[in-house]
Amino acid sequence: MNVPANLKYTKSHEWVRAEADGTITVGITDHAQDLLGDLVFIDLPDIGQELAAGQESAVVESVKAAADVYAPLAGVVTEVNTAAADTPEIVNQDAYAAWLFKLKPANLKDLDALLDAEGYLASAGD
Amino acid sequence: MGQRDWSASIRHGNLSGTKDRGVNSQRVRPFFVSEKSFNTFAQVIDMPQKTVLNEVHRQLGAKMVDFGGWDMPLHYGSQIEEHHAVRRDCGMFDVSHMCALDVAGPDARPFLRRLIANNVDKLKQPGKALYSAMLNESGGVIDDLIVYFINEAHYRVVVNAGTTEKDLAWIAARLAEWKFKAVCIPRRDLAMIAVQGPNARTRFWQALPETRAASEALKAFHSVTVGDYFIASTGYTGEDGYEITLPASKAATFWQALLDAGVRPSGLAARDTLRLEAGMNLYGQDMDESISPLDAGLAWTVDLLSERDFVGKVALLAHPPQHQFLGLLLLDRGVMRAHQKVLVQVDGTVGEGEITSGTFSPTLQQSIALARLPLGVALGDQVKVEIREKALSARVVKPCFVRNGKALI
Repeated sequence: MNVPANLKYTKSHEWVRAEADGTITVGITDHAQDLLGDLVFIDLPDIGQELAAGQESAVVESVKAAADVYAPLAGVVTEVNTAAADTPEIVNQDAYAAWLFKLKPANLKDLDALLDAEGYLASAGD
Repeated sequence: MGQRDWSASIRHGNLSGTKDRGVNSQRVRPFFVSEKSFNTFAQVIDMPQKTVLNEVHRQLGAKMVDFGGWDMPLHYGSQIEEHHAVRRDCGMFDVSHMCALDVAGPDARPFLRRLIANNVDKLKQPGKALYSAMLNESGGVIDDLIVYFINEAHYRVVVNAGTTEKDLAWIAARLAEWKFKAVCIPRRDLAMIAVQGPNARTRFWQALPETRAASEALKAFHSVTVGDYFIASTGYTGEDGYEITLPASKAATFWQALLDAGVRPSGLAARDTLRLEAGMNLYGQDMDESISPLDAGLAWTVDLLSERDFVGKVALLAHPPQHQFLGLLLLDRGVMRAHQKVLVQVDGTVGEGEITSGTFSPTLQQSIALARLPLGVALGDQVKVEIREKALSARVVKPCFVRNGKALI
């Protein structure tokens, strides 16, 4: 399973990267895209939208199934990756390059509560 | 991430909801266990069955999935690429999970005449095939199947995997009840491979040159036997091609010969998008025992004109169609899925329909669906589909989206 050590994770298969400007970048893991298969549709949140931790924030759909993407932390959406919405297959090609949205977290410290790579591997292996 | 419709990934046809299990001729049986008790044991512990090609699929890197109680390849990497291969070139599917039944005996024809909703008397020349539903007394669909006319005393019937045991029990009961001189024998010793696509014929002849002379002349929906190979010009993709039934012991060699001829292995996921584009029903999803064939787009397969009596006829005559079965093309962005609600306007009043199968069409690059809609809805109408609390726009179209590689929409 491809789980980069420099990222944080949620049990619900989102990955999170802390950026230097205090925002976080969110995507779905390689394991998640593999479970879903060929992605054909991605619905992203609106810029400026305020999200609670765990709130449904985006939808990714493959040919066979639809899945919600949850906000890993509470915060405000600062940027969305329109390339992923236009060409969802880039998430299949490289799930860690094809991010979905960026958040300005209400409390950056909440990041510490997310899983590290090892924790995600253990969780996803269940 | 949370799965919205996780069941769809393994349900494909809603067959895994049934607990009936066929008999597996491939699993190694300990010498001290009789065949009968071994199969019963397999059913009790709910072990998915394997076709003779199971190991071949795994070696090809297939993602395997439980389909109707069978461990089958979902895809070998990309279901979209497999879909395109079948539309543009050639792909092959292991369909050995489906069961071939031999209905044989002097009364085979009169028995089938009464058993199924289509009229077996349409089969005049040996080799001809007929698609039909098999109904219960209340007119619900027990299964859909294809009957091949081999000779007056021998018909081959191919039924769905997840319904095999139920079908066998139903057929055995009707045989006993009607006292026809006929038997029904499930052919667990056979494997089935579908080779589909515009180049299917030439690739197939490359793999099995000795069958060319006999199979070249086959028109659509016909069959011919060449030695061990039963070759039928039928399929479930909307493309040209063959479905080949052969001894299970020869399946791996034949599969390899097709691979060598450049045929792309394709899984159940591509098979589902291909059949949906072709507007073909999937049992358990588009119809089942609670649905009349007249409400599921199968009226063309039901012969109500002849004086022939068949199971379900009385019920169908007493209950005219309540719905029409049509196609939907999503105009907004999104993907339609089974069981989503469709809101329609007929003569100023709002009616409600339901999507029975929906997907993203790789050929059309937009979402398509099959739906049961209220009577009065017309082709070209705009309707609303409820997707995640939003009402998205769709257009009503004929339930056949793609044929022979070409978009019909």
